Amino acid sequence: MLRIDDLSAWYGEAQVLRGVSLEIAAGEVVTLCGRNGAGKTTLLRCVMGLHPGQRGTVELAGRTLSGQPAHRRARAGLGWVPDDRGCYATLTVAETLSLPPVVGPSPWSLEQVYDAFPHLHARRNAPSTTLSGGEQQMLALARVLRMGARLLLCDEPTEGLSPLLVAQVGDILRQAKQHGVAVLLVEQNLHFATTVADRHHLLAEGRVVESLENSEVAAREKDLLAYLGI
Amino acid sequence: MVNFLQHTFNGLVGGAFLALLALGLAVIFGMLRVVNFAHGAIYMLGAFGAYVLLTEVGLSFWWALLVMPIALALFGMALERLLVARLARLDPLYNFLLTFGLTLILQDAVKSRYGVQSSPYDAPAILSGTLDLGAFDFPAYRVFVLVMAVAVCVGVWWLLSRTRVGMVVRAATERPELSTALGIDVGRWVTPVFGFGIGLAGLAGVLAAPIRAVNPLMGADLIIVVFAVVVIGGLGSIFGSVAAGFAIGLVQAWVQALGEDWALLSQVLVFLVMAGVLLWRPAGLFGREEAPA
Ligand SMILES: Nc1ncnc2c1ncn2[C@@H]1O[C@H](COP(=O)(O)OP(=O)(O)O)[C@@H](O)[C@H]1O
Ligand SMILES: [Mg+2]
Repeated sequence: MLRIDDLSAWYGEAQVLRGVSLEIAAGEVVTLCGRNGAGKTTLLRCVMGLHPGQRGTVELAGRTLSGQPAHRRARAGLGWVPDDRGCYATLTVAETLSLPPVVGPSPWSLEQVYDAFPHLHARRNAPSTTLSGGEQQMLALARVLRMGARLLLCDEPTEGLSPLLVAQVGDILRQAKQHGVAVLLVEQNLHFATTVADRHHLLAEGRVVESLENSEVAAREKDLLAYLGI
Repeated sequence: MVNFLQHTFNGLVGGAFLALLALGLAVIFGMLRVVNFAHGAIYMLGAFGAYVLLTEVGLSFWWALLVMPIALALFGMALERLLVARLARLDPLYNFLLTFGLTLILQDAVKSRYGVQSSPYDAPAILSGTLDLGAFDFPAYRVFVLVMAVAVCVGVWWLLSRTRVGMVVRAATERPELSTALGIDVGRWVTPVFGFGIGLAGLAGVLAAPIRAVNPLMGADLIIVVFAVVVIGGLGSIFGSVAAGFAIGLVQAWVQALGEDWALLSQVLVFLVMAGVLLWRPAGLFGREEAPA
């Protein structure tokens, strides 16, 4: 579904990604872990086409995205779930949901979204920035599901959420996965990562330093936690 | 009491021009982050265009009311494509300077052809009388101006808040980068929005032709007041700029009504209000603090 090949990125002179390559198949959830400042957000921004200083190739379902502007990449099937949850003060919850175009073969309907997220239905006429942090996160996820995106780029979706909400995020991601949606998930919560993901990449100083299967993570949990500085 | 009503009415009419101009500025600023200094010159072109259409082409006020806003909107779109867009990536100051330079060019071009004296332009015959609405006789043309301005402001509000196009423009205005990542081609909306704001200034100009002195500098003084109005309402706030436009028009008329001695105050009042508002709410009455990028 997604293929990243030899991706490098810069902020001015400073290089933050150094030749990252990875692949994600349809229906696969892959996490990207690493300390703060490792370059995780930058990698997602490069894939989305929001970061100008990049080199390397990005392909989605065999089509190259490199050089394309972000709105084209979204229309090709990328679902953007940013670390700030991407809400608008000038759009209601309902408008925020219906803003992006439908881009994929199996978009959720509005009824499906409201069934799965009754809170969003209750607040559908409120400005989306007035939602609680957890509701904003659900909104960001619901929005890309409504687009029918084929690959979700999720930047720390569980950060700051209560255990109950974290579990709900897990449910949503597993459900998407079952429908063949691929997910590139930036995640600091290792335990949560193992409950949703198939594989994990460890990013350090702009390189993928380790790639692990789910089973390996449990065995090396202490190691990895120390590595992440948690 | 009748006097007070009369001043209030005149204040609303004066406010109508401020509101239309401030609305156009706010729409443009919201989308492009460009402070369009040329807004006053466009207003002048709207009025002059009406005058030229009448005297040299023989087209009536009603044709001017239709033709000039559209022509100026197209001019604005060309301007955006050819010049403004080239400077968009630089400091906003560059586009401010560009539109400032353009203002001088437009003013002098009109001055060299038509001189500095005011050109007479009559209200259309059907609106030349007065309307008896009970309290006193309202000049029909001014009532028309007020109704038009309110209708346009309500129309723009409806467009922005109730249509899909408006929703996309709001999203693109508030968070351009996020909106592109959600599949919105933000760049596509920049040129039409700029043209729309310019067209509003042109409309205000045509409406002004029968009741304001039509001369090359008619926009130059007004635009400074409009800038203050936009700041009071909150930079980029659509509702704020319209509300502040009408409010400042009203307050100016009331202070003027106090007599000759107060003339100076009525001129500087808007700037005093602006200073006060900025001290109290730095983002303006209806503005939001810019989210850190
Ligand atoms: N706008 C920016 N300008 C300059 N450097 C930046 C900017 N954003 C991030 N960086 C730097 O790039 C590196 C990677 O950042 P980021 O991708 O946000 O890391 P992560 O998401 O893994 O915490 C960090 O060293 C950070 O300081
Ligand atoms: Mg990050």
